[in-house]
Amino acid sequence: MDDKARKLAGIKQKEKTPMPEQKAKIRAHNFKEVPYGYTAEMAIEEAWRCTQCKNQPCVAGCPVEIDIPGFIAAIQQGDFREGINVIKRTNALPAVCGRVCPQEEQCEKFCIRGIKGEPVAIGRLERFAADWEAEQGEADLPEIAPSNGKKVAVIGAGPGGMTCGGDLVAMGYDVTVFEAFHDSGGVLLYGIPEVRLPKDIVSRKTDYLARMGVKFEYNMVVGNVLTIEEMREQGFEAFFVATGAGLPWFMNLKGEGLNGVYSANEFLTRANLMKAYDPKNYDTPTWVGSKTAVVGGGNVAMDSARTAMRLGSEHVYIVYRRALEQMPARNEEIHHAQEEGIEFLLLQNPLEILDDGEGWVSGMRCIRMELGEPDASGRRRPVPIEGSEFVLEVDGVVIAIGNGANPLFIDATPGLKVNKWGNILADDKGRTSLKGVFAGGDIVIGAATVIEAMGAGKIAARAIDEYLSGKAGDWSPELGE
Amino acid sequence: MRRIPVTHNSGGLSLFKIVKKVVLRHDIKQMDILAPLVARKIKPGQFIMFRVDESGERIPLTMVDHDPEKGTVRIIFQEVGKSTRQLGDMNEGDSVLDFIGPLGKYHKMTGGKHGRIIGVGGGIGIAPLLPKVREFQADGDEIISIIGARSKDLLILEDEMKAASSELNICTDDGSYGHKGFVTEILKQKLDESTNYDFVLAIGPPIMMKVVRDLVKPYGVPCYVSLNTIMVDGTGMCGSCRVSVGGKVKFACIDGPEMRGEEIDFAEMMSRQTRYVAEEKTSMERYLAKEGK
Ligand SMILES: Cc1cc2nc3c(=O)[nH]c(=O)nc-3n(C[C@H](O)[C@H](O)[C@H](O)COP(=O)(O)OP(=O)(O)OC[C@H]3O[C@@H](n4cnc5c(N)ncnc54)[C@H](O)[C@@H]3O)c2cc1C
Ligand code: FES
Repeated sequence: MDDKARKLAGIKQKEKTPMPEQKAKIRAHNFKEVPYGYTAEMAIEEAWRCTQCKNQPCVAGCPVEIDIPGFIAAIQQGDFREGINVIKRTNALPAVCGRVCPQEEQCEKFCIRGIKGEPVAIGRLERFAADWEAEQGEADLPEIAPSNGKKVAVIGAGPGGMTCGGDLVAMGYDVTVFEAFHDSGGVLLYGIPEVRLPKDIVSRKTDYLARMGVKFEYNMVVGNVLTIEEMREQGFEAFFVATGAGLPWFMNLKGEGLNGVYSANEFLTRANLMKAYDPKNYDTPTWVGSKTAVVGGGNVAMDSARTAMRLGSEHVYIVYRRALEQMPARNEEIHHAQEEGIEFLLLQNPLEILDDGEGWVSGMRCIRMELGEPDASGRRRPVPIEGSEFVLEVDGVVIAIGNGANPLFIDATPGLKVNKWGNILADDKGRTSLKGVFAGGDIVIGAATVIEAMGAGKIAARAIDEYLSGKAGDWSPELGE
Repeated sequence: MRRIPVTHNSGGLSLFKIVKKVVLRHDIKQMDILAPLVARKIKPGQFIMFRVDESGERIPLTMVDHDPEKGTVRIIFQEVGKSTRQLGDMNEGDSVLDFIGPLGKYHKMTGGKHGRIIGVGGGIGIAPLLPKVREFQADGDEIISIIGARSKDLLILEDEMKAASSELNICTDDGSYGHKGFVTEILKQKLDESTNYDFVLAIGPPIMMKVVRDLVKPYGVPCYVSLNTIMVDGTGMCGSCRVSVGGKVKFACIDGPEMRGEEIDFAEMMSRQTRYVAEEKTSMERYLAKEGK
């Protein structure tokens, strides 16, 4: 086929080129990644579905403004090296983003191919390009400016911190990332399971940053072991705080303290970071019931449900108080969870977790809901239906309703202003109430997305560079409430 | 295993070295671990978490002593599960992979100048009580200590506690040393004699802390305890360590570990402590089999 024929075929093809994946029945009992990713042929086929339209609406939908038509054009020509290089100009974690970004809310939402049919599978193509590069051996390092000797500290090695650290090192700064855990990745490491994001990808990224010159200090709970003030004394001139949203919310239900009730964070951290799914080789225990209820409707809930199933729970329910259309999880995750046999109990809400008399869960009393008037978020508010209570028979419960701001670092940093939910206040450049201290990612915007955290890291890197090279003017950020 | 060299926390090493090990009682061991940054910062009542190796769990232990100059932190532990057993099998010169701290809130407790305080320590709980008592002594408080163990050969830190307290009372369950019976019996005597105390601080097994709390309540003296719940991260991230306090969820690792005892739901806490009994047993058996023990 020549380009013309490929183009025609691409335009004719209304749907995304399917991505091969493990069969639902098999994968529901293993911890391997679900989709296998495109082959080179599939990627080229899918790339030709992009018409290279002038307006490039997809780019505006991307929080880090990847030159999407540009990288897809390169894939069309089979020039995968160029493809990945185009992406890497604005996105430091393409292998991650291709897997976990909510593309249907971002780039793909605006793709004109989506008007009559499915949008171009931008996420899958991004993933393909990144995986292709990884297969070629060690990735090329970007250009790194000569050292300017200025020290910057990044606090938290999640996607926000890693992105900021990488950008600053490339500009010639001496960057140290301080991480509370014993490894980097943040939620990518302890939250999102292997089935969606193989941990090799995260460690490859860490190695890449280390090769670029980023220093990592683990086991460093900043605030406790070192304060910002002490770090200033050690010569750090600017700081990027990206400590994430790590304080799980509970629902204040009766019975939430029973054995068998987990926060999603605990459940996923035990399984992912501490590898409790492999008890023969790892010491951290976990426990899963034969029937598990996961409360919530986001990615965290889907990840918890799919993990529970893989740990051996025979029935897994998603209990969500709104309707399917309102679930914040990525479409692909909902779809995968359904395929794997996870049952969705929609418009239902827990009232109480029941005690079996010995301190373990024996059930969850729930109530049915209906949708009423839209609330402040514009989503129709679920209201309980009187007299519709029932008991869901479960012996395990995972609460996955979200996270608040972790107070540990903030409490140890006098003068750092936060809003009423405890999130750090920062302006559009990431500047906080403390001079030289920038912040971004989940700790600022509340639990959000990987790509938004990365975007915040990029913006902060640029702003830190301005600040340290004296181009920034006064430190007078406009902070909201 | 990939591991980027860590520099700071461990003082130029990527591991945390055991510089001194003392066997206090047959399965109760004391170690000084080189972790200069932690040693510089940690205060009485705060804890650390360690992980022996890549496959290990993260285990919390409350600090017993620290030497900012030598850069060491002292911990004392009883070998109750696989991880503490594995640590106990290590020797001077060996290293652990991770050592994180200080964790937990530092709670400056004092009766003010010339305050009067009762410290109650049970079993291994005497270890974290010691630095608190020393701090009270340094503040000029009068401190009556009551410590207990199952029997004489399980009692630790008697001399140190004696030196740090104005008065030391010892109990053993079997009567092999000191008063035969529980710490609460002596505590009751003291409170019957006088309720002129600023507070009682009790550290020990949950059941002991519960009984102390219940006993002290009617006397109107405030009671503090130190909670050793099951933890994963120790930084407020997971909620594994949660306890109900007056109907509200609190995290032992960031709200505590020291807390006012009055409103703690000890029944729930004790039940939660049994969550992984079965899993821990298998893990221990596997370890012993592997080590040929
Ligand atoms: C289970 C789960 C699934 C998700 N799925 C998706 C998805 O599919 N797509 C998507 O876009 N987003 C998803 N998210 C959200 C996304 O992961 C987050 O928005 C993103 O990781 C935020 O990045 P961050 O860099 O701000 O913080 P984090 O990733 O939270 O990283 C913060 C890091 O800071 C460290 N830290 C905290 N306090 C300190 C301290 N005092 N000192 C030193 N270090 C500290 C933490 O240990 C952590 O490593 C998911 C989240 C969860 C929990
Ligand atoms: S141990 Fe995880 S929140 Fe306390």
